[in-house]
Amino acid sequence: MEGDSLFDKLSRRGVSRRDFIKFCSAMAATLALPSSLIPRIAEALEKKQKPVLVWLEYQDCAGDTEALLRASKPTVGELVLDILSVDYHETIMAPAGTQAEKSLTDVVKNHKGKYIAVVEGSIPLKDGGVYCCIGGKTAKDLAKEVCGNALATIAVGTCAAYGGIPAARPNPTGAVSVKEAVPGITVVNLPGCPMNVENLTATVVYYLTFGSLPALDRLGRPYFAHGKRIHDNCERRSHFDAGQFVRKWGDEGHRRGWCLYEMGCKGPEAYMNCPVIKYNEGTSWPVQAGHGCLGCATPNFWDVNTPFYRRLPHVPGFGVETTADKIGVGIAAVAAAGVAAHAVAHAVRKKESKEETGTQGDKK
Amino acid sequence: MQRRLYVWEFPVRLTHWITVVCIAGLSITGFYIGSPFIHATSADQYVMGWMRFIHFVAAYLLTASVLVRTYWSFVGNEYAHIREFFYFTPQRFVDLAGDLRYYIFMNKNQPRSAGGHSALASIVYLGVWILLFVEIFTGFALYSQSHYGGALWTLMGGWLLFLFSAQTVRLYHHLIMWVIIFFIIEHVYISWITREERGGFVDSMISGYRMLKER
Ligand code: HEM
Ligand code: SF4
Repeated sequence: MEGDSLFDKLSRRGVSRRDFIKFCSAMAATLALPSSLIPRIAEALEKKQKPVLVWLEYQDCAGDTEALLRASKPTVGELVLDILSVDYHETIMAPAGTQAEKSLTDVVKNHKGKYIAVVEGSIPLKDGGVYCCIGGKTAKDLAKEVCGNALATIAVGTCAAYGGIPAARPNPTGAVSVKEAVPGITVVNLPGCPMNVENLTATVVYYLTFGSLPALDRLGRPYFAHGKRIHDNCERRSHFDAGQFVRKWGDEGHRRGWCLYEMGCKGPEAYMNCPVIKYNEGTSWPVQAGHGCLGCATPNFWDVNTPFYRRLPHVPGFGVETTADKIGVGIAAVAAAGVAAHAVAHAVRKKESKEETGTQGDKK
Repeated sequence: MQRRLYVWEFPVRLTHWITVVCIAGLSITGFYIGSPFIHATSADQYVMGWMRFIHFVAAYLLTASVLVRTYWSFVGNEYAHIREFFYFTPQRFVDLAGDLRYYIFMNKNQPRSAGGHSALASIVYLGVWILLFVEIFTGFALYSQSHYGGALWTLMGGWLLFLFSAQTVRLYHHLIMWVIIFFIIEHVYISWITREERGGFVDSMISGYRMLKER
């Protein structure tokens, strides 16, 4: 059924026209597009041929696949991705072994330059890339072949986008992002731990509608998903401004939904649309559930945003439990002690040698 | 006999006191931003909001003050001039060692300063000037977080957060506060104990005149 449009496929799966239009409006909202463009999205999805999409999985926890498959009752968005991703998906496809590998090489051969590659997981480079091999090929070689011949690559999850947890210090496998492993290719990064499927769907819908990829920030993330700060859209922000903070897990403030800033929330440093679209069909997101943001869509978040439950990182070179303020109080105490000691000694000395003092200048 | 010497010109005195007020305000509000010690009792309060507002207004004021003072170090008198601070001759280092030894009672000769700064003072002020610049630079980079992506963001140095992580920038912005507090404690004390020898304490920074003993 190569010539089918997305809408044909959707209606065959029992999606009503009404649900379809609702989906198109939700996509327009996610993409921060004016509602006047909804008909254009609907038209594109109705008429355009579905792009071939392959899903590659390397060093990861399959969290993004999990996010894709999350619900028991599939939504339109899921069906879109489901329909799109039939060609190859290591974790969920039916064929196995050489048969499966063949479908991948077929895509690369038959749709060269026209398919979309979705990559989940980081790619190890150390020791010739032996730490992640599929069908006897290293992840690096596979990515080079598949992403190198794709129209565009979408790196889903922080591992594929920036190396993620496998690349956290000391990075034993030499893990890198897709962009670093295959330089020169067109990549859209959709980081997050996991990424939000809503954003993946929106990226694909954007491509179908406009024939181009959405505008990206300097970390290769679409602005529509990563252009706004968590902290600025957070439902607990009014408690932040008021000065109402959770100070201990389970305390009065925590029960009343106050701001998690003092518990190490990294919302002030993080850029993603979680507070707006939320996860699992708009059910919730970490801060709503009472846990601070980890800034999981930030490069190296595992290294730079830790400790997760404190405002500031530990001071390099000092003990792990030493906070900046402990050192600061130490500095101030040294200053005060120096002053006090000097004042005493100065008073004593002044008495002793009132007449003897000269200046260095006098010697010359 | 005393000689009245005009040392601190008006812009020097003005920026000095503006900087004092700003650093005090920035340190108190900055400390609150780092560890909110006042806990609001009701949601219609605006404690963090005000703290941040004061921090940012004082930040702009401090920036202006530091820039004016920097400008004055090119056009001001010899005591304010950049040469007074960027002045590294071998003799300077000898004097510096002497000054340090004086303050730890290993040397009885007072720091040499014909009206302006002693060797130790000028190098310390140079250091403080650099610290304030780093604080302004990191502060505006943090400030840019609420203006992601635009021209303003670039202007404010948001890219610094990509060079280092946002958390690293925050940490250094925070730690430098303590280094500045260290400086202030020593600065006030040394100004006090040398008030007679150097011809004035707070008053000289108000009037601009130092009363030097004529020898
Ligand atoms: C003497 C100068 C200054 C001192 C002592 C100071 C001190 C501090 C401290 C201790 C923090 C808390 C950091 C933390 O633990 O999270 C802070 C935060 C901050 N400061 Fe400063 N600061 C100074 C100047 C500036 C300047 C010039 C700016 C420029 C706009 C600035 C902007 C900020 C911003 C944006 C934050 C973060 C606020 C937030 O995340 O809500 N600061 N400052
Ligand atoms: S919970 Fe986190 S993101 Fe929300 S207002 Fe507080 S600090 Fe900001």
